[in-house]
Amino acid sequence: MKMKLKYFSAPYLVWMIVFILVPLLMIGYFALTTDSGSFTLKHVSDVGQYANIFVRSIWLSLIATAICLVVAYPVAFMLSRMEKHRQGTMLMIVMLPMWMNFLLRTYAWMTLLGNNGIINHLLGTIGLGPVKMINTSGAVVLGMVYNYLPFMILPLYSVMVKIDKSMFEAASDLGCSSAETLWRVVIPLSMPGITSGITMVFVPAISTFIISRMLGGGSNLLIGDLIEMQFLGNAYNPHLGAAISLVLMVIILVIMTVMNQFDPDDQVLM
Amino acid sequence: MKKLGKIYLALVLLFLYVPIFVLIVFSFNESKSSSVFSGFTLDWYKRLFHNRIIISSLVNTMIIAVIASIVSTVLGTFAAIGINSMRKVPRAVVMNVTNMPIINPEIVTGVSLMLLFSFFAARMTLEFGFVTLLIAHITFDVPYVILNVMPKFNQMDPHLYEAAQDLGCSPFKAFRKVVLPEIMPGVVSGFLMAFTYSLDDFVISYFTTGSTSQTLPITIYSMTRRKVSPEINALSTLIFIAVVLVLIVKNGIQNRAFKRSGMGGN
Repeated sequence: MKMKLKYFSAPYLVWMIVFILVPLLMIGYFALTTDSGSFTLKHVSDVGQYANIFVRSIWLSLIATAICLVVAYPVAFMLSRMEKHRQGTMLMIVMLPMWMNFLLRTYAWMTLLGNNGIINHLLGTIGLGPVKMINTSGAVVLGMVYNYLPFMILPLYSVMVKIDKSMFEAASDLGCSSAETLWRVVIPLSMPGITSGITMVFVPAISTFIISRMLGGGSNLLIGDLIEMQFLGNAYNPHLGAAISLVLMVIILVIMTVMNQFDPDDQVLM
Repeated sequence: MKKLGKIYLALVLLFLYVPIFVLIVFSFNESKSSSVFSGFTLDWYKRLFHNRIIISSLVNTMIIAVIASIVSTVLGTFAAIGINSMRKVPRAVVMNVTNMPIINPEIVTGVSLMLLFSFFAARMTLEFGFVTLLIAHITFDVPYVILNVMPKFNQMDPHLYEAAQDLGCSPFKAFRKVVLPEIMPGVVSGFLMAFTYSLDDFVISYFTTGSTSQTLPITIYSMTRRKVSPEINALSTLIFIAVVLVLIVKNGIQNRAFKRSGMGGN
């Protein structure tokens, strides 16, 4: 008897249901029930008390995403126009810091920006400062940009590398200036890279709690910190934590749906 | 214009690398200061190697990454084979759920697993620690394996497997002789991706570990929470060197494979 190939996936399907689907449903269940298991909307409405933290998270991660896009776009473009044999090496050099542990990269900025850190020390030798840099929202944005910049470069590069050189020649033959070529040829053709880059930076930025904790001090709480505090912190309250997670997921879903509108190929990730 | 571009690229690279190089330089600093270099020493490295917690969490990280990536590669490869031969609707449903851990923020995946494990911990003899960590790692690894293996089927004739069985192969033999060689490149890249994600993961591990089983990223986190210690700099330097070596070897292998397959030098 022939064994059908689709049964091969049975072990994974069990795993997927138990460890992906059920845990996500538990977030929904915890968000909408009390300790005794009866239905309530209290936790979801309690999330409203933290509106300022939500606004700060969205705002800071939008700024970081915008900076990443502006900084990464020329980098990705230059990479994609290099000679083929140099592209691989350059791409590796750009992506290499990504392979360092995320915590160590953030820690590096902690020591750089600190009140006794090297930047303030250098400023001191030329008679300036000390400037308070650590524990500000600017430091949080900087940390996000530093950590997630390669997430923006990679998808942009992989789309741009497919744009044929003759496109630019055709555009200039038809009378486009370089600015017009950028606006009417390069940007529309790299749109899938832009949208996936934005999601790949925005999602980790809005949900981080490491960057805000290490570089933002106690005064720059983000959604991630709020969730972490409900599960592992002093404010232990898994119901509220689940409700916040649920709202976070909805925000991300909305953002991704909006991004999809701009994307002709419907491929947000990867 | 070209020159301007080069300067810009150099500035971005400087931005990416200066923090890491500062860490490396100060790992050789005699004093604990992170701004004044007072003299060369290898003391922090010595201390690092004598730090039991770091060594044991490194071993732990390796064990978990190896087991999790092997299990998820097997699970994910079989899953991809099965999913590929599903009908359109169930296939779309399964793929959407599979994408969840990739699309969702890590903290949500971590918290959701923590809720599940607490549910079992309260009712059975499940303890937060090695087992929960391993399950969590397999869970976030498998989707990457599936996503790497799935595209390989597009290049494969779907009837080959059945043909092999018609010609007398057992289902297992048909799988081993016909399907596996075709999808092997995807399996390998899926395995490597799962392995690196496991090594590097902090957020999901943070929510699913107990006090008995620490991974290296978790140890690093608790070190950064305490006082600044140049031991972290020494550790960063070693990790940076390891990463550079791995990438050089990886590029070397890729280049050789390119040349051998006659696709021209790269």
